[in-house]
Amino acid sequence: MLKSLFAAALLVTTILPANGHEEKSENFTISHPWSRATAPSQKVGAVFMEIKNITGKEDRLIGASSPDAESTEIHGHIREGDIMRMRRVDGGIAVPANGSVKLVPGGFHIMLIGLNAPLLEETTIPLTLTFEHAGSVEIEAVVESAGASRSGGATKMEKMDHSKGHQMPGKSK
Amino acid sequence: MNRKLHISVVALVVVIFAFGAWLNLRHGKPPENGAVGGMVVNASIGGPFELTDHTGARFTDEDLAGDYALIYFGYTFCPDVCPTELGEIAVALDQLDKDADRVRPVMITIDPDRDTAEVLSEYVPLFHERLVGLTGTAEEVREVATSYRVFYRRFEDPNYTYYLMDHTSFVYLLAPSGEIAAMFRYGTPPEDMVTTIRQHMRGNARG
Ligand SMILES: [Cu+2]
Repeated sequence: MLKSLFAAALLVTTILPANGHEEKSENFTISHPWSRATAPSQKVGAVFMEIKNITGKEDRLIGASSPDAESTEIHGHIREGDIMRMRRVDGGIAVPANGSVKLVPGGFHIMLIGLNAPLLEETTIPLTLTFEHAGSVEIEAVVESAGASRSGGATKMEKMDHSKGHQMPGKSK
Repeated sequence: MNRKLHISVVALVVVIFAFGAWLNLRHGKPPENGAVGGMVVNASIGGPFELTDHTGARFTDEDLAGDYALIYFGYTFCPDVCPTELGEIAVALDQLDKDADRVRPVMITIDPDRDTAEVLSEYVPLFHERLVGLTGTAEEVREVATSYRVFYRRFEDPNYTYYLMDHTSFVYLLAPSGEIAAMFRYGTPPEDMVTTIRQHMRGNARG
């Protein structure tokens, strides 16, 4: 009994870091870029992440590209009462000096349009983010289950992953 | 008061209520007087429909009779809000454990041009093995969406290479009787859906 508990605890601790990954560049720490699995009939995907600006100068995410998609756009939602309107964010997203911006479901995302192949769970998507000042930053987003979300995800395990990935104190700079 | 008059007074009250709810929805503010986790819904929402499921078979409201159902209106070209809600429905079913057998998850597309039965057949299993995907002609979809007070509109812009669908994002809890028992707003935690569903199953829900 105790042994299996230990085994379970080990399993959890070994799985967590793999999913809650971070990408660091000179100017940014990008926490847990992730996406969702898609069906072959789905030609679009979305990538979410938290971008922390570790410099004292404001910057702006103005674009992105990926070899996995024909085109890539920054999208956001305009929520009008209970009506959701997804729109392109043409001016980009500000990343405040020593601050951060979160791309989460229902808010901002990087929209992958014209996927070359379905996004499969547990694979990664190469993505180049373009910032107004810092230029290009290369990252890899992890593909999770189709129904994964910041608040829940498809399984309890994922729920733990996300809370760790986004909130673990001291982990991110 | 005689019986006939009584009935017409009740009917009038229902109509006024329905009109109020409709006005509220038109202004993007559905009735706020919610039971735990879900909004209390008046009887005018929902009703019969005739659609096609993701296997290509005809599917009507009668196919859901006798079970609870969680119904979501969305579209597959939506990589953000729709998968989020379908994922939350799947989490709620997981949490319902054995009671989940009495709840049928359903996704009705509001984008029948893109979402054929074939497209849905690849999409729905990604979220839940029992998720039913429903589509239909533009007219059939318009009818079911109207009866559920779902707002949806195609957004087209010459600067976009594709079209998008603006839409309300509610999850509807259908009772075994076919009546809407509750509505959950976008962002309702699955735990709250589970609480409301269990209350209805125990028969002590308000409303
Ligand atoms: Cu988008």
